[in-house]
Amino acid sequence: MSNPATISTNVAVDAVKDDLQLSTERGPRPKPFFTTNRIILYSILVVACLYYLFPLYVMIVTSFKTMPEIRFGNIFAPPVEFTGEAWAKAWASACTGLTCQGLSPGFWNSVKILIPSVIVSTSVAAVNGYALVNWRFKGSEIFFSILIFGSFIPYQVMIYPLVIITRELNIFGSIWAVILVHMVFGMPILTLLFRNYFASLPVELFKAARVDGAGFWRIFFEIMLPMSLPIIVVALILQVTGIWNDFLFGVVFAGTQNYPMTVQLNNIVNSAQGSPEYNVNMAATILTGLVPLVIYFISGRLFVRGIAAGAVKG
Amino acid sequence: MQTSVSIRDLSLNFGHVKVLEHLNLDIKDGEFLVLLGPSGCGKSTLLNCIAGLLDLSDGEIHISGKNVTWKEPKDRGIGMVFQSYALYPQMSVERNLSFGLRVAGMKKEEVDKRIARAAEMLQIEPLLKRKPANLSGGQRQRVAIGRALVRDVDVFLFDEPLSNLDAKLRADLRVEIKRLHHRLKNTMIYVTHDQVEAMTLADRIAIMKGGVIQQLDNPHAIYNKPVNLFVAGFIGSPSMNFIDGTLAGRVVKADGIDVPVDRYDFAPETGNFSGDIVLGIRPEHVMVGEAAASQPVQFESELEIIEPMGSDTIGWTSFAGQTFKFRCDSEVPLEEGQKLRLGFDPARASMFDAQSSERI
Amino acid sequence: MTQAPPSDTARRKSGFARAIEHMFTRNIPAKIAATPMVTTVLVVFIGCTIWTIWYSFTGSRLLPSNEFVGLAQYERLFSTSRWNVSVRNLLFYGAFSLVFTLSIGFLLAVLMDQKIRFESAFRTIMLYPFALSFIVTGLVWQWIMNPTLGLQGTLRNMGWESFTFDWIARGDMVLYALLIAGLWQGTGFVMVLMLAGLRSIDDEIWKAARVDGIPAWRTYLFIVLPMMRGVFVTAVVLVGAGIVRLYDLVVALTNGGPGISSEVPAKYVYDYMFTAGNIGQGLAASTMMLVSVIIIIVPWAYLEFGGRGKNQ
Repeated sequence: MSNPATISTNVAVDAVKDDLQLSTERGPRPKPFFTTNRIILYSILVVACLYYLFPLYVMIVTSFKTMPEIRFGNIFAPPVEFTGEAWAKAWASACTGLTCQGLSPGFWNSVKILIPSVIVSTSVAAVNGYALVNWRFKGSEIFFSILIFGSFIPYQVMIYPLVIITRELNIFGSIWAVILVHMVFGMPILTLLFRNYFASLPVELFKAARVDGAGFWRIFFEIMLPMSLPIIVVALILQVTGIWNDFLFGVVFAGTQNYPMTVQLNNIVNSAQGSPEYNVNMAATILTGLVPLVIYFISGRLFVRGIAAGAVKG
Repeated sequence: MQTSVSIRDLSLNFGHVKVLEHLNLDIKDGEFLVLLGPSGCGKSTLLNCIAGLLDLSDGEIHISGKNVTWKEPKDRGIGMVFQSYALYPQMSVERNLSFGLRVAGMKKEEVDKRIARAAEMLQIEPLLKRKPANLSGGQRQRVAIGRALVRDVDVFLFDEPLSNLDAKLRADLRVEIKRLHHRLKNTMIYVTHDQVEAMTLADRIAIMKGGVIQQLDNPHAIYNKPVNLFVAGFIGSPSMNFIDGTLAGRVVKADGIDVPVDRYDFAPETGNFSGDIVLGIRPEHVMVGEAAASQPVQFESELEIIEPMGSDTIGWTSFAGQTFKFRCDSEVPLEEGQKLRLGFDPARASMFDAQSSERI
Repeated sequence: MTQAPPSDTARRKSGFARAIEHMFTRNIPAKIAATPMVTTVLVVFIGCTIWTIWYSFTGSRLLPSNEFVGLAQYERLFSTSRWNVSVRNLLFYGAFSLVFTLSIGFLLAVLMDQKIRFESAFRTIMLYPFALSFIVTGLVWQWIMNPTLGLQGTLRNMGWESFTFDWIARGDMVLYALLIAGLWQGTGFVMVLMLAGLRSIDDEIWKAARVDGIPAWRTYLFIVLPMMRGVFVTAVVLVGAGIVRLYDLVVALTNGGPGISSEVPAKYVYDYMFTAGNIGQGLAASTMMLVSVIIIIVPWAYLEFGGRGKNQ
């Protein structure tokens, strides 16, 4: 019994009985490195990736060219004369139809809108989710259901009354109107996110805190919030990209002076007078896409989790 | 008897982790073999290797005299039943049973015949038109067994098939699987972590730990002559009492108490062992009160805790300064704190080398 | 003893009063905390929607007015060729976008599920456009599709004289241009959704199918695909909601042109409300958008929530 695994006694005898041709099979199944299926599989994936990468490549290459080179008519070619002039112009002096300050004011407007919007919408939604899970009151579920179904109503339906409301509140045409609207329209998805997250936490934790005599806000700040870092990160990713990429609310509520970057970008490209400067346009486009792209590449898996979490209803 | 499944020198690594190492196992035709062990011991992995669902790192697998090491699962002559039933949820029971056969291009009459036979055997005829979602757990597992049955194969593989069922259903279906085996007389390999399932179903049990088969024998031998401490502790409920002691000659000394073991059946190769040992006594082999009088080893001890189980009672005492359980009929009057006379027969006990944990 | 009954009723009364009091004072912090949600639901999602529907029956022009005109705005809406073109465009774009997004998304997910190398690199590449705004998407593709200096011009300069890719400038093809840009932005997202769906399927189902000898493609088609119903429904709802809202992409890529051949309802609403100064017309158009969403959502909600009750 020195090695309990060695039990079979007549291995050799059985092996002889086997079909001779087959008895060479041993170990892992042989896997050729290239099979036709694998080649087709990777080819399709690579072609798909070319489609996805092509615009990014074109944007970058075009933004570093000079206009004469662009007029030569080869969007594939890398820049012969590598220049950052278009970038400088896009940032500081491109004309949006009204002014010629480039994208920079739009960038700062976007930042000014982004930070309070993200903070306000995320905190409100976190409290909502917490109240919905742990402090249900009569009708709370009904309000939540309407909130979720409300997220399917096209913005265009609610946008004009909201203009009237913000005008009455005396904030129309300021970034505060945009912040309010982002809070309102970010609420369904973020509340859902936080509600599902808090519901997944053990309820005993909440009960224990209540037995210890903690109240609504104490439990929220000292027990729930410290545990919800992962979902907060997901919510932040979702909101930062969503709010940065917004066009409609910016153009309606912000007022000309406060247009966010997306609106400024569209104005630079689509309502500029004179002959279009494609290199400036592409530099401006990259600049506008840079913030969400950076978030995307940094957050990686969390971004995927965020959109998957945002997509799964109930 | 003809060998049905034969595993030769099988190794499996996941990266650098060695899950199974140089494992050999021969299963006779018509045998019911149970792979038993705690979770993570490699028993399910081994079953998946036999099924062809996992690629081996080394070694060979032969089924019904053919080397199937590189064969696809469908070509191995196996049917498999899973823990989660793995029924195709969008298909009726009938389609679940027939899907594989029809994909293989079998004639309709033959398919119908096989389904009728399987349905009759498992008493699922009234369920054939239903969807899995509308079946109970027990019914689902019958259908899953049926899906293996219609394949008309030599070897059935069961991967913890009863683990998702409640206790009562598990007992019912256990008997039914045994009945099925009597009727079909196929080779069956059954993975479980439940020792009751293993003891009741198996012709032979292979107890596994850390990817190695610890003991392969019939249930009687596994229970009475465990080859090492692990097997001894794993089988039996409540588990075996282990008493540390020293063996010198034919006497075990434990905390000043002498236990004569001259009637103990020593393993031939360790006949004159001496040194530190662990003495294992099953709680159900301990006699209480007057019955203790007939036992070669007797002692008195205070009863600390009583656990009445209904059919019998487990008492917690101590022997040689170590915790000692016994099991007796629930009719025996017991009281906590009472002094009890206990006795056992070392001939029915097991002894293990304290260093190597092997039986001596 | 004789004084007991009155004191008893008094006690009961005070108990009742306490219950009433309790109803309002219970959970006070929770109710305060939920004020923003309750306000949003009542004022925005319910109030604003009703306001819009109501005023779509008025003759509001530059400012909302209460002059009731019945269905006049809707009659005018459906006799306006720009609106009819918008609706037709949206139906066309929506049908193609839905079919292609879902099928390409599923196909890519299946390919990604084949234990491939560099999976996360492939996923990163396919998903990054989803992080970009529709404005950015539209402007990039506008440049690529530029007939003289974009892809067409480049390939012609390279010697492929007959190459044509001028969809953006042709009324009959511009919707396909929109589609290419839209698919570029959105398919990666659906792929990720579907991949998550594929990965959530019980491993033992795959094992059972292999033991049964069912080829992989049949397993995907007949076993896995039906099991992913929930993911598909989610994807349809999300993609569908996005299609109805389609606005930014059109503004950036074509601005509705050439002519009115790529106009969409959301743009019609915006233009009438904020540029043309015809609020009533914009509100009627937005109400029609709401109606179309309800037509999509109600059957889904019925299947998802009504059907569940039936199963149990």
